[in-house]
Amino acid sequence: MLKFEPRGAESQFWRYGAPVLALLLTGVTAGLIFAVMGRPPGRTVYTLLVAPLLQQDGLEALVVKAAPLILMGVGLSLAYRANVWNIGTDGQFTLGAICGGGVALALPDAPAWGLYPAMMLAGALGGMASGGLVAWLRVRFNASEILTSLMFAYITQYLLVWLVTGPWRDPMGFGFPQTALFSDAAQAPRLIAETNVHLGIALAPLTAVALWVMLEKTLLGFQFRVLGQAARAARFAGFRETRLIWVAMLISGGLAGLAGLLEVTGTLGQLTTTLSPGYGFTAIIVAFLGRLSPLGVVPAGLLLALTYLGGDAAQMNLGLPNAITGIFQGILLFYLLGCDILLNNRLRWTRRGRMAA
Amino acid sequence: MTLPSPGPLLQMSGMTKRYPGCLANDAVNLTVERNQIHALLGENGAGKSTLVKMIYGVTKPDAGTITWDGQVVNIANPHQAQRLGIGMVFQHFSLFETLTVSENIALGLASAKERVGLRERILRISTEYGLPLEPDRVVHDLSVGERQRIEIVRCLLQNPKLLIMDEPTSVLTPHEAQALFATLRRLAAEGCSILYISHKLEEVRALCSVATIMRQGRNVASCRPADKTVRELAEIMIAADLSAPTPRPARAAEARPRLVLDRLTVRSSHQFGTDLKDISLSVAGGEILGIAGIAGNGQSELMDALSGEVLAGRPETILLDGQPAGHLGPRERRLAGACFIPEERNGHGAVTTMTLAENALLSGFGQGGLVRFGLIDVGRTIAFAERIIRNFDVRTSGVQAEARSLSGGNLQKFLVGREVLQDPGVLIINQPTWGVDAGAALAIHEAIMVLARQGAAVLVISQDLDEVFVLADQVAVIAGGRLSAPVPTRQVTIEDMGRLMGGTAHVEV
Repeated sequence: MLKFEPRGAESQFWRYGAPVLALLLTGVTAGLIFAVMGRPPGRTVYTLLVAPLLQQDGLEALVVKAAPLILMGVGLSLAYRANVWNIGTDGQFTLGAICGGGVALALPDAPAWGLYPAMMLAGALGGMASGGLVAWLRVRFNASEILTSLMFAYITQYLLVWLVTGPWRDPMGFGFPQTALFSDAAQAPRLIAETNVHLGIALAPLTAVALWVMLEKTLLGFQFRVLGQAARAARFAGFRETRLIWVAMLISGGLAGLAGLLEVTGTLGQLTTTLSPGYGFTAIIVAFLGRLSPLGVVPAGLLLALTYLGGDAAQMNLGLPNAITGIFQGILLFYLLGCDILLNNRLRWTRRGRMAA
Repeated sequence: MTLPSPGPLLQMSGMTKRYPGCLANDAVNLTVERNQIHALLGENGAGKSTLVKMIYGVTKPDAGTITWDGQVVNIANPHQAQRLGIGMVFQHFSLFETLTVSENIALGLASAKERVGLRERILRISTEYGLPLEPDRVVHDLSVGERQRIEIVRCLLQNPKLLIMDEPTSVLTPHEAQALFATLRRLAAEGCSILYISHKLEEVRALCSVATIMRQGRNVASCRPADKTVRELAEIMIAADLSAPTPRPARAAEARPRLVLDRLTVRSSHQFGTDLKDISLSVAGGEILGIAGIAGNGQSELMDALSGEVLAGRPETILLDGQPAGHLGPRERRLAGACFIPEERNGHGAVTTMTLAENALLSGFGQGGLVRFGLIDVGRTIAFAERIIRNFDVRTSGVQAEARSLSGGNLQKFLVGREVLQDPGVLIINQPTWGVDAGAALAIHEAIMVLARQGAAVLVISQDLDEVFVLADQVAVIAGGRLSAPVPTRQVTIEDMGRLMGGTAHVEV
């Protein structure tokens, strides 16, 4: 029978091989699902994963989608390395968008040089406030951050709905649940004129590099890694767990808030009832696919962004439901976590029955 | 009952087992006769556990034959060992704390058929063999001695012909130990041989008719322990290659105290932990204070309170070089000149999945510029780890090896080296040589004594009395969370210590 045997040391090959294997298995499984649904599996997978890139502006759409995923995935990879399970980045993303967008709505005539930095600050602070609340509940009451951060994601979503259907609704908007359009000064600065390639697309990889340096080269990052791998050793060393939980939640929350602000000012230009198509949850997959390394998150974010584009394409060209994106992402996370067993174990074929006399 | 066939019950010859980097058993022979209480003697790391694991089917031998009841057998797993009639009581029990005695025993049985009338059988066996047990008591209310009885009864239900006991008295008070001996003698008389693993020589002399003595994975002698003195047995077991530690000159009387505890009282945060009560002591520079005691009497709580992982409340409860430190965390206490080596290496003293260089940083980050402006100086960290490996003869492939790739002894040498090389004024070490081979133990003892000679105050917490006597200038005993008054080592006997250990243990609620 097949049996897993401990390796003794982590396999370097499977460290990078496991995500690739997970990706292949996801492709096969998705293909099987499509076949059962009566679609040609090969062509469907092609439409989902390859065709979007070949379209005009395909790459532009990809990096625009990937930027928020990378920003959030980077923060999450840091938090998860410290065993701080922030599941609610979707809420922190939304609160960041609300706070930053609120500044834009309050100061419609402010000049760009002052307004946009203030909005970015407000967005990051909004995300940090949401994350900080989760940290406080964990540190003060030992409340599981998995539950509280997820609950806050729903609370924030309803706060957004209330704002855009109530006090912040655009009086000239024919009753649509949305705010007024932001002023031109409140749009994310473009890196390339006449495109959607905005500031966030440069910020995301820079943040990844910065947090990689922090995690791998500084004492603070070392503290996160020790806490995640052996909490008791962290106490022995005198690394304060409560402080590290605070920092992890503030950084992952703040980056999510910043991502939210960049997203509404980079693509939407106003607040509506749905700002995030589940970016916060997809970012969890991004973090794991990137092996919880800030640098690994960059390609992982690009890949998951592709699944969003592919989902849109499949909906339009093949008449598949939009849920296909979620299914694809779910299967991928499942295989990612499953394949990690190969890191520390090897598969062995053993014959049973010989041993017992 | 089958008629006993002639010849020995168990005969093992040429048993060999090699682990990566160590030959745990090298052609070991062992013969256990019927109705015999047979001692297997040897130091930690002599290969006793490996040998019995091969009998019990836990470990597969590389070579050698096992003859059981006249038949050559190949014991593949513990289940098969049990069917042959081999029972084993491990040093660490496997009991569910929240279940009752009979529920725990029922869980160990292979089939529902065996559970019929279990309660009555437990009661019968426990009265028959003098193992008082109440089947409906919940395990977490029971003392260690009672828990051990559960394990023994669990074995006896299988009608074993051989019962293996792994250091059974290491967790018992002297009184409990006497009761256990009576039970074992009775079992032997009724046809169940006992293989008794221990390094306690008085016990072995009193209880066992034959002793097989092992050292460094080999047989070194077989004898009737009653014919030898404790001293002779110890000499065979330890051998002459362990030189006695050099006697240290008596320290100056006016040496100033570097570590002072003043009525340290800490409630254990753990449900079944031991509260520390009014612990006071003083260790001067150049002095080693040994704290002996049976496991679970407050040693780990004391270690946590000393290292700062649990805060002591009043700052003046702990003085480091005269400075109040009761309110300081581990990091600040290190800055005040103290270093700590906890009992558990894996996941406490070291992060097993990190490299040795990273583990060097774990407690050394405050020292010698390993971290500057928050950035880790990789070069210096590696140099520090290399210095530990070189000075303490740590056998490893290098600083990039993960801590879990090291043997227990080598990792412990690394951890001792990491703290000692930080040149602490106060060193606190819990179980310095637990699960460590003799060579590493000697090196660790040497390092502790050198550090003390250089003027550090050293506090050694150990359950190994011999170790305490070898190292300490003064000894005290921790029992039930209280500490006896420290006395000079020269003035106490093993008997005194035994009395203190048993005296107040398990009295406190």
